[in-house]
Formats: sequence, structure tokens, C-alpha cells
Amino acid sequence: MDALMLDGNAVAGLLQEVFAVEMTTAIATCGACGAAEAIGGAHVFRGAGIVLRCPHCGHVLATIVEGETRMWMGLGGIRTLQMAMDVGSGPSGDRHRSY
Amino acid sequence: MSIVSRGFRGRRDDGADPARIPPGQYLTSDFPVLSAGPTPHTPLEEWTFSIVGEVDEPRSWSWEEFRALPSEEVTVDIHCVTKWSKLDTVWEGVSVDTLLEGIDTTAEYVLEFAEGGYTTNLPLEDVTGGKAWIAFAFDGEALAPEHGGPARMLVPHLYFWKSAKWVRGLELRATDEPGFWETNGYHDYGDPWREQRYWGD
Amino acid sequence: MAGAALLGRLTWQPAEVVEVVTETDRVRTLAFDVPGWPGHRAGQHVDVRLTAEDGYRAERSYSIGSAPDGSRIELTVERIEDGEVSPYLTDELRPGDTIELRGPVGGYFVWEPALGGPLLLVAGGSGIVPLMAMLRVRAAAGSNADARLLVSSRSWDDVIYREELDRLSGNGLRVVHTLTRSQPPGWTGHARRVDAEMLAEVGPGPAERPRAYVCGPTPFVEIVAGALVGLGHDPVAIKTERFGPTGG
Repeated sequence: MDALMLDGNAVAGLLQEVFAVEMTTAIATCGACGAAEAIGGAHVFRGAGIVLRCPHCGHVLATIVEGETRMWMGLGGIRTLQMAMDVGSGPSGDRHRSY
Repeated sequence: MSIVSRGFRGRRDDGADPARIPPGQYLTSDFPVLSAGPTPHTPLEEWTFSIVGEVDEPRSWSWEEFRALPSEEVTVDIHCVTKWSKLDTVWEGVSVDTLLEGIDTTAEYVLEFAEGGYTTNLPLEDVTGGKAWIAFAFDGEALAPEHGGPARMLVPHLYFWKSAKWVRGLELRATDEPGFWETNGYHDYGDPWREQRYWGD
Repeated sequence: MAGAALLGRLTWQPAEVVEVVTETDRVRTLAFDVPGWPGHRAGQHVDVRLTAEDGYRAERSYSIGSAPDGSRIELTVERIEDGEVSPYLTDELRPGDTIELRGPVGGYFVWEPALGGPLLLVAGGSGIVPLMAMLRVRAAAGSNADARLLVSSRSWDDVIYREELDRLSGNGLRVVHTLTRSQPPGWTGHARRVDAEMLAEVGPGPAERPRAYVCGPTPFVEIVAGALVGLGHDPVAIKTERFGPTGG
């Protein structure tokens, strides 16, 4: 148990500013243990940058480094990210396009 | 463009010689606790420090062996890339030169490795010649776990992410291998006086 | 800035202080007018950014305590001793001042009446703020959903929203206090830190499958969430908002 640890909520604003959609309800599959968990339930640590860890196995899901004019996100620890979309905004009609 | 909040100053200290504060840094008298992961609590009986990699024979010390080595007290300024600087911090530690004594190597780089998988890289010459220590005491007391205890790396001339908490060894390498933060946006070298915080700085 | 907010893209925007209310010795509610505020859900928070004249910046997150009310939002802030931001917010800010904020954010730690109950809300100190937003939204919707609030405070004088909690009680809401450091004369309520026994007594039990929301300092949240799981509550039904080592 770490008194400093926060939940994924702590980075909700930052992530939404970048992704333009609410991200704490996005479900991340851990690249190490395969557990699927909402980003809001991830464990957040603040070091030199921000670290999001899988709440089940501790694996680093993502890192965030904020510079003055650039930001870096390391997303390699997330195998898949599932996000909700508004009904009707997905692909419509025949998906077999000809190019 | 952001809005200035009337009367807001933050908890910064004044009165230091500006020549001691690198560009973009603010002086603090606190000691912020920043960590990439949970604080480990390895029992000292299980603690080891190792020198591995480009060496003829890897070396390793137990806690007793490590604490039996000659150590020294140093007073240094430290600078965190998150913009706080702390002056005249007092540490006690074993110089990396002591640990590398008698080791033959062609390595030019080092990768510090720590509990929990944290790593950080630097040129070998940045940890030798009296520039780096494995520190086990801060301000006259045993180093607290939240600050990297039982022992952490201390490399004050670079941003403090280069001083790995809970350090367990050094890998001597022929080639530079970016560590945890260097892979994720922070600068490969990290000189606070040239404000080398991020990639490309 | 206003254009970006209209596009739905989240970014920093100015907020003007319209009122400062003293809740307790250490706690103030700050009411802001935020032009273009899109409304919010109970449990969401905002990120607050303060910039000093020389460009020095500090950012913190604060839960919204109020139910949606046009362009007005309320943050309830506890002054942390030696804090960098909270003393400025509680002691310095005056009506007419402007800060920057970004929000509302958070879709994970939210409740709305449509989700229903039973609700189990557990608050440590200023962790009550987002839970109060939930109770205010519940009241505004005229909901009778079974709701239990367990509040841990240092003393009776430190209980935030004390009178309002008393007024809201009933109509399905039960409020239980525990005072961990000092109790008023004649106090017959709980006088210890929240534990499994207290949580079991406040209920609801796991068989009723309540939605649990736990908020407060990280160590408090750890203990309470662990105790709830130990009592048999489904971890998936327990949402946590950790405030860090010292809280709000």
C-alpha cells in the first residue's frame, strides 16, 4: 500500500484533453497479465512523469511526460484499449469498400 | 496564454544565490516524494548490490558487506526535472569509485537498475571521479523507504531521475541503453544547467 | 478558449469566484461562475491551475460538490497545512478573482439517479465532497433510492456539510458519523476509524449488491475498500477516489 498512489481519475483531465473523449471509463487490457480494467481504476504514480499501473499485477500500462510544448505518452503496456462510442457514429453500411 | 492568479506564489523559497539554481528551477526546502511505482520494502537480509555486464567477474555485496565499505558524507545540490531544486542536501554514501575499484572494463555506459524494474542510463564517466554515490543516509538519518531507502543512487550533477531510488546495481555496457524515463520522453543525458529535460532539448 | 469549449474539446478556461463560504475551520466552499459550463455529473472533478506572476504554475484536482446549476459550480476545499495550493484557495481567493480550470472530468467515479441504488458512500474528511454532489443530485431528482453515507471526521466541528446532511436524512438516506479524534460531550456515536465491523453495521450487505463509492486520503480508501471486499462486496461494485497522502 502506498500513501501516494492515486486512481486513474487523477489523470482524467489530461487524458481527455488529449483524446477528446472521456478516458477513465476506457477499458485497458494489461499487456502483462491480461486483466481488463477501466483506466479510472488504474493505479497512478507521480514520478518524474506520470505512471499508470495495472491494479492487478503492477505492470506499467502507460507513462505520461509533459513538456512545455510537447507531451509523450508511452502506451506500450496496454494491449488493447476499448472506448465507448456514441450510437450512430461508427462505420455504417457496407464495409466492403472498393478503392 | 494563461491567467495570473492574484497573489498566488506557491510554496517556493527565496533567498538562494541564483547562480546555484539551474534555468527553469524553483527552490524548495521540502523534499517532495516522487515515485514511478510503489515503495518496495525488501528486508536487508535479502538486499544485494551488484556490478554486472562488461566486467570479467560480476561483483556483489550483501548489506553488511556494503556497509563495511568506506563511506563519506557529501553536501550537494539536487535538481528534479519537475522543477524543484534543493540546496545543501547532506548524504552519506559509498562512492561508486570505491565499488568499481580494481574492475577492468571497456564499458563506456552504465545502466542503473533498481527494485520494481526502474532503470536509468548514463555515461560511465558521469558516475566516476567522485561524481556519484550509493547513498544510505540523508540528513544524518537512515534513508527512508519513500526517499529510496535502504540505498539509492546519488548523481547530483544530473536531473534527479538519474539517481535511481532503491538501486540494486549497475550494468556496465559498451552501448548506451535508454532507461525507463529516457525511453518515454525524458532526455538521454539530463544536464540541468543546459536544461536538458526532454527528447531533443 | 470559449470556442474550444463549445466544440466540446476539454481545455483550460477561466472561472470567476462569485462566493466563498466557510464550512469549517479548515474548509471553504468556493463558488465559481464558468462561462459556457456544459453541466456535470455527480462525482466529477475539475483540474485547477494557478499561475504566479513569474510564470510559476501549480495544478491540483478538486471534486465538484454541487449539483448542476447552470454556469455555477462549487468546489469545497480543505486547507492542508503547508499545502501549496489549498491555503491559497481557502485563505486568499475573493469574489472577483479568476483561476483556470479544466473540466468536468471523470466518468468512472460518477453516480446519477438512473443508476439507482442501493448506494453505500464512505467518506474520509474532505472525501465527502464528490459524495455530497451525489446526494444533492439524488435530492434534486426526488429520488428515494436506498443510500447510506458513512462519514469519518476528526471531530464534530470538522464535519463538512453537517447541517445539510441532517436535513437530507430520511427519504431513504441514512447518515452515520464516526469522530476519530474527539467527540462532543454526550456523544453516543462511533468514535474510531472506519473498520469492517462499522461498515457491516451501516450496510447494505453484499447480498443487496450496493454501488459503493469510497473517497478520501489514499490510506483511508485502501483500508475501507479492503474491508468492503473482505465483507464480500464485489470489487467491481466498489469505486474509489484516492486523494493522495493527505487528502483533498
